[in-house]
Amino acid sequence: MASIILFAPLIGALIAGFGHRFIGDKGAQTLTTGLLFLAALLSWVVFLGHDGHTQTVHILDWVQSGTLSVDWAIRLDRLTAIMLVVVTTVSSLVHMYSMGYMAHDPQFEGESYRPRFFAYLSFFTFTMLMLVTADNLLQMFFGWEGVGVASYLLIGFYYKKPTANAAAIKAFVVNRVGDFGFALGIFGLYYLTDSIRFDDIFAAAPALAEMELHFLWRDWNAANLLAFLLFVGAMGKSAQLFLHTWLPDAMEGPTPVSALIHAATMVTAGVFLVCRMSPLMEYAPEAQSFIVMLGAATAFVAATIGLVQNDIKRVIAYSTMSQLGYMFVAAGVGVYSVAMFHLFTHAFFKAMLFLGAGSVIHGMHHEQDMRNYGGLRHKMPKTFWAMMIGTMAITGVGIPLTTIGFAGFLSKDAIIESAWAGTQGGFAFWALVIAALFTSFYSWRLMFLTFFGEARGDKHTHEHAHESPMVMLIPLGVLALGAVFSGMLWYGVFFGDHHKVNAWFGIEAHEMADDGHGAATDDHAATDDAHAGTEGHETEEDHAATMADPAHAAVAAAHHGEAPAGAIFMHPDNHVIDDAHHAPAWVKVSPFVAMVIGFLTAYWFYIVNPAMPRKWAETVPHVHKFLLNKWYFDEIYDFVFVKPAFAIGRFLWKRGDGNVIDGFLNGVAMGIVPWFTRLAGRAQSGFVFTYAFAMVLGIVALITLMTLFGGAH
Amino acid sequence: MSSDIQIVLPEILLACFAMVALLFAVYTSKDKMTGLLTWATAGVMAALALMIAGGEGSNVAFGGMFVDDAYARFAKVAILLAAAAVLVVGQDAMARRGLARFEYPILIALSTIGMMMMVSAGDLMALYMGLELQSLALYVVASLNRDSVKSTEAGMKYFVLGALSSGLLLYGASLTYGYAGTTLFSGIIEAANDGHVGMGMLIGLTFVMSGLAFKVSAVPFHMWTPDVYEGAPTPVTAFFATAPKLAAMALFARVMFDAFGNAVGDWQQIVALLALASMFLGAIAAIGQSNIKRLMAYSSIAHMGFALLGLAAGSEFGVQAMMIYMAIYLTMNVGTFAFIMSMERDGKPVTDIAALNQYGKAEPLKALAMLVLLFSLAGVPPMVGFFGKYAVLNAAIQSGMTWLAVGGVIASVIGAFYYLRVVYYMYFGDEGEALETPMSPAAWAALMGSAAIMVLGVVNLFGVEGAAAAAAAALVN
Repeated sequence: MASIILFAPLIGALIAGFGHRFIGDKGAQTLTTGLLFLAALLSWVVFLGHDGHTQTVHILDWVQSGTLSVDWAIRLDRLTAIMLVVVTTVSSLVHMYSMGYMAHDPQFEGESYRPRFFAYLSFFTFTMLMLVTADNLLQMFFGWEGVGVASYLLIGFYYKKPTANAAAIKAFVVNRVGDFGFALGIFGLYYLTDSIRFDDIFAAAPALAEMELHFLWRDWNAANLLAFLLFVGAMGKSAQLFLHTWLPDAMEGPTPVSALIHAATMVTAGVFLVCRMSPLMEYAPEAQSFIVMLGAATAFVAATIGLVQNDIKRVIAYSTMSQLGYMFVAAGVGVYSVAMFHLFTHAFFKAMLFLGAGSVIHGMHHEQDMRNYGGLRHKMPKTFWAMMIGTMAITGVGIPLTTIGFAGFLSKDAIIESAWAGTQGGFAFWALVIAALFTSFYSWRLMFLTFFGEARGDKHTHEHAHESPMVMLIPLGVLALGAVFSGMLWYGVFFGDHHKVNAWFGIEAHEMADDGHGAATDDHAATDDAHAGTEGHETEEDHAATMADPAHAAVAAAHHGEAPAGAIFMHPDNHVIDDAHHAPAWVKVSPFVAMVIGFLTAYWFYIVNPAMPRKWAETVPHVHKFLLNKWYFDEIYDFVFVKPAFAIGRFLWKRGDGNVIDGFLNGVAMGIVPWFTRLAGRAQSGFVFTYAFAMVLGIVALITLMTLFGGAH
Repeated sequence: MSSDIQIVLPEILLACFAMVALLFAVYTSKDKMTGLLTWATAGVMAALALMIAGGEGSNVAFGGMFVDDAYARFAKVAILLAAAAVLVVGQDAMARRGLARFEYPILIALSTIGMMMMVSAGDLMALYMGLELQSLALYVVASLNRDSVKSTEAGMKYFVLGALSSGLLLYGASLTYGYAGTTLFSGIIEAANDGHVGMGMLIGLTFVMSGLAFKVSAVPFHMWTPDVYEGAPTPVTAFFATAPKLAAMALFARVMFDAFGNAVGDWQQIVALLALASMFLGAIAAIGQSNIKRLMAYSSIAHMGFALLGLAAGSEFGVQAMMIYMAIYLTMNVGTFAFIMSMERDGKPVTDIAALNQYGKAEPLKALAMLVLLFSLAGVPPMVGFFGKYAVLNAAIQSGMTWLAVGGVIASVIGAFYYLRVVYYMYFGDEGEALETPMSPAAWAALMGSAAIMVLGVVNLFGVEGAAAAAAAALVN
């Protein structure tokens, strides 16, 4: 079944890409979409039927070279199952949506472009599935690069547009920086563990924590260094701060692509990588704290930039970047399940927001500037309601201190509580709370600017604004279901109940989280009695007593070189998830408060007093400009990296290649060789005595040589 | 005695045939017999090649003066087939130039006997006898066109310089004899058996090498080559460029290994020097040529340099590479000269390469065949010529002479220029006077056949490799 899920998109891509002449545009679209729906259906079957135990499906022997032995196999555990559902569901819906969205494209008048688009989409899905089903790092790297290629192709889909090409190249180049780190991490792991299979690496992780590895100028702790290098790869793919500049530009691609690749799936690959490598991450505390800091900073910075952007897709892009920062914070503090939870819910509501934005753009004849929208809720009511649900989900609308709410409410609050627990209420926690406020502000700003108020911009466009066809609205509806219910349905297994989490991810050892934590738990118990409503607490304590011994055995086994069971691994000393459950009420309420403040501010700015934003921009012009220019990251990079690289390139080209190499070769070819040619021609005088003289000279030379050097040995 | 006759039977048969043919032609209608004689000679040669190819083992005749081993047989088969091919291919061109003399096939046959003697020589006397038999016949055919100043001049130059080189060789042979006390190769090698080769002997060796270098036209003993190639009638040039080159090269290796196999380190450096100088001079001087026959002369100098590269390696693998290289070289040159001898305008031979302008449009098939041959001569993969170069370069590297191999690669890059220039003229040159290339079926077949071999031979080189390996094993042991 897993093989069918994996290969259905590939088959679709191949047939649509190479055979569309035989099956036609329509056939290519229907075939790829149909195969994706099949894959999605099977993925749900796998997901719901999975028992948490890791299975391996061997496909073929791949590389056998020295001690390097790599099979091509599907690793099917809870992480993979989650990703399968996310990828195939969003992908199939995006396929369907694209049938409407891509129906008419003025850029490709009279050309057949749809099969190409669908083939790329399916190819992307295949490589993404390769990534998430990987059983070893090489396979993962294949998928990693494959999605990079697909992303490149799709960002540059409108290849006649120079900006699209530039954005595609930028995405590729920036990702290369991250991939370099990832590749170094793989090399390092292979160097130290002599294997790139996940099981071997996981088994060796405790040993790695005690090893030193020389890199650049000094020795590092091996586990920390390798975890950091892998995270650099994740930073590139997931657009974390410093390697994020490609993501906003990637919005040059068609909107369904943004929804699929740059919101729901590919950009979450970095989070997936960190979670997948959790057995290593758990032994790399310094790398972990770096991940937390960077994730929090990303969430904050992206949110601030999102406040002032005017392009509807860019707002959502920065929101994606910000939400990815949330996920990394969760993974960084060691609650991988929560990171995956947010990844899961985020996929639904962010894909929906993008597709909703695409629907607006489609209805507004490819107008993307929100300043030219306004009052669209009457023209496209269904899109409006879908976007409304998406916005409520991302901003985190729900009833505080319960588990009733939109998907984002549950997963984001879980992250913020974990951040509080993991950093003892430090920077990351506050950054995320403030980012939640900003998230709420810019999300509602988007809603108000687009669907409320007066119609602005080109009148003609507004007159012709229309609701999108059903083929585009049905995906919105399906995703809306996910955005509303996915959080409530799976809260327990991802975060809410420690035992369910363990069972869900197939973790055997972490029951003893509370062992040796007894004192702390007691402390907690005092405070927690106040809100005894928090679930699962007593049961944990009970378990702590009964499970202590086998858990110890399991940890001992891990130290003796056995990979920990389950999809994710939490170190015995990692109690963040429990601490998060016992967070004080003000922590749990804080994101809700932030959300309400953000909403009210946005309402005040854009409904009550629409002149307000301009006034603010004029009061603090520097701040406004700073945010509008995205913290000047592009400008700094341009100055620090791009310009010098161009300068070096030009120097090597003009001076190095042009003057030195060409000059040398041309000099030899057009100066020295002809000179010798003329010399040889002159020597060939035609006179016999010259020739005889040459022979005599020759024999003299040879005899001299023989006399001097011959016979000596 | 009868077993001795048995061993030299092919040479005796060819000699008898030559004399009978001479008498026959003189007593019948002389030049009118040329066509018949040419085909008969070629036929006899081909038959002898078949007969020799069937031989086995190493046999010695006349007390060691004549050796018949796998090495000699490989060389003889190649020589006989090349000579036969050149005779057949050139017959029509000779007739068109009014050079259809009945002496021509007979002289070629005599020269071939000389070459067969050379590659089988086991003694300095036998060596010299073969060499002179071969050379004297060639001096005569070089000036076959007695009415042409250039042709007679070519014959004269060749003769004078050839006499000088013979003198050098004989002087070297006498020195060697003086120090070794014998002219037998097997005796010379024993004289140097204690690992130390005397200075007198080394000087003798150097003189012998100079004489042989003249025959293979290695720099600086090459200067006769362009003049003789240009002056001689083209079919004769074709012969010069093929069989005698292989014979001289084979003899060179024979002397070096059979007589001086204990002083490899001594002659290796000299051969390497000759090879390097030949490769570079051949490549550089050819650039300045506008006459395709002179160009081919320099091309053959460069190719001899590459073949010497294999010899310079001083190993069994090197000899194998050299023999492969020479076999490929013969094949390429037969095809190329089949084309060159057909080049004419208004019934007069043309040798200016500019005459090939736009030839690719007029005769696409022949131009394509030439393109393949020229690419192969330049050593462009995947043509067979590349594998010849690869083999010798590989041999040099395996013997630790990387610098020589690097030099060879550079020279072949320079050399590629003039081959490619001919291709350029054929396909991209200016419009000019049309060139006619009337070809007899035999010439056409030779051109197409050798071009086809250059492409198809990539698969397994038609098994030459194995035969060359056996030949090298017989020589170096």
